[in-house]
Amino acid sequence: MPAGRGAKLLRNPGFVIGALIVGLATVIAVIAPWIVPYDPFAIDLQRRLVPPSFMEGGSSLNFLGTDQLGRDYFSRLIYGTRISMVIGVLTVITSGIIGITMGVLGGFYGGKIDDFVVFCITTRLSIPAVLVALAVAALRGSSFMLVVLVLGFLLWDRFAVVARSTTMQIRNLDYVSAAWCAGASQWWVLTREVLPNIATHLAVVATLEMALAILLEAALSFLGLGVPPPLPSWGLMISEAKEYMFFEPWVIMIPGAALFVLVLGVNFLGDALRDMMGTDLSR
Amino acid sequence: MTGAPAIEVRGLRREFRVRQGLFAPPKQVIAVDDVSFAVPAGSVLGVVGESGCGKSTLARLILGLLEPTAGDVLVDGQRLSGMDRRARARLIQPVFQDPFASLNPKRRVRDIVAMPLLAQGSIGRAEMDRRVDEALDRVGLSIHQGTRVPAQLSGGQRQRVAIARALVLRPRIVVCDEPTSALDVSVQAQILNLLAELRTDLGLTYLFISHNLAVVEHIASEVAVMYLGRIVERTESESLFAAPRHPYTRALLASVLTPEPGLGVPDVGLGDIMPDPANIPPGCRFHPRCPVAIGICSTEAPKPAHGAAGLVECHLA
Repeated sequence: MPAGRGAKLLRNPGFVIGALIVGLATVIAVIAPWIVPYDPFAIDLQRRLVPPSFMEGGSSLNFLGTDQLGRDYFSRLIYGTRISMVIGVLTVITSGIIGITMGVLGGFYGGKIDDFVVFCITTRLSIPAVLVALAVAALRGSSFMLVVLVLGFLLWDRFAVVARSTTMQIRNLDYVSAAWCAGASQWWVLTREVLPNIATHLAVVATLEMALAILLEAALSFLGLGVPPPLPSWGLMISEAKEYMFFEPWVIMIPGAALFVLVLGVNFLGDALRDMMGTDLSR
Repeated sequence: MTGAPAIEVRGLRREFRVRQGLFAPPKQVIAVDDVSFAVPAGSVLGVVGESGCGKSTLARLILGLLEPTAGDVLVDGQRLSGMDRRARARLIQPVFQDPFASLNPKRRVRDIVAMPLLAQGSIGRAEMDRRVDEALDRVGLSIHQGTRVPAQLSGGQRQRVAIARALVLRPRIVVCDEPTSALDVSVQAQILNLLAELRTDLGLTYLFISHNLAVVEHIASEVAVMYLGRIVERTESESLFAAPRHPYTRALLASVLTPEPGLGVPDVGLGDIMPDPANIPPGCRFHPRCPVAIGICSTEAPKPAHGAAGLVECHLA
């Protein structure tokens, strides 16, 4: 009943707000080069730490002011959206592929395969993400792709746990038994009976992981282990601004607020999906 | 009892290993113990017993969802074990208990019914549409209802979809595992009548598993009573209901006389001790609950006595 479900979602304020925020962030990320007023990398040492135009001492030339090197803060913020969104989406794709494959196989086949999957999940859970990022950054230096790979290879555990437990439940349901009795192949049962019925659960995990990835990227960049300068990552902007925060608090508040709003939007989307799933199950 | 058996079960046995804890040795549970029977083509064997007696395990063994520890299932003289899944699907199909769990909630009714045909992989689009329409029509569903998803159908309609899916390959045997016990009482009769009608029209053979004796009496031509994994009595339906020979059968029949709507499992009036398949008593497995047990019952297992009236396993019968 896709139409009814869509209408139900549109009546959910959390979904509407979340979808607006994430949709806007996506659009901004895609069209960033065409909407920025200045080159986000252009340094102008004559005009450093100019406050935003709506504050005292602000200039109409720079809507959100300039940073410690005189780069336009608004342009950097727009490009930062791009970095956060790309990291969020790529991390979800990489970790989703790894986690869902492992979880579904473990939950579906059980036995030795499941033991191996559970071992991998336990191992992964006992590895602190920051430590791995530190080691990788120390070995290979920091780069954008490395951040994506580190996050992708570290954040698959929740996908695996959820895919495994939901698959285990569905594996024993009668419609799967009926498919076996009908002579269906294993591939058929996995792709047509199991996967469609765990997809909503996985979508919720995807939103959680995306929010987590965006925050972790900011945290790693703040520590100097993530995206290297001069890329305008929000975490890096906060890191670079922290020396000025007592005199020019807006330099740290603007990227902080952007981070907060985007993560809030993603979490709203996830909550709305989970609510929808709840009503779906009760029907 | 005429004609060659459509389905024959020989010495079927299934053990489960149940882990008791981290260090305790796994315990062996015998869910189905040396079950044999033959059902002639076109007739219905009802299998009755309390929950936990192994009747659902028996159904899953016959359907090939579980591997038997020992024994064989033969349909028209062909062994099912080792047979290609698709060939097996053309011979034997299930109807499960709960139509809310037996239909994939994400697929439309037509696709659910077409699934066994699609899995065969050798049936053309037009032929498939024709056979799906035919199957839906047979169970009394409209073409329009075929475009819906299971959530939009009632329990009875869903069970009709499950029956249509079972029939679309035109199997020889249909294994009905409690096909009416999840339905409203008013709908149960409709589904039972539909199953009875389909059997005469299509010449099907049913294995009809239920805890509800009234339902079994209505549809079965022969009844097997299971207790802790074994068939303790098997006879033609009429003589079983008229003159039960095993004390367990008598207790089951007595419990039907006290109607208990809403309670799925009848109180068989044999006390509160539930039979535990992990702890099968020595001697006759029924003796701790048997109202007429004598000395030999607790030491020696009764041999199955095959007579003109069927089979019974009791020292006193």
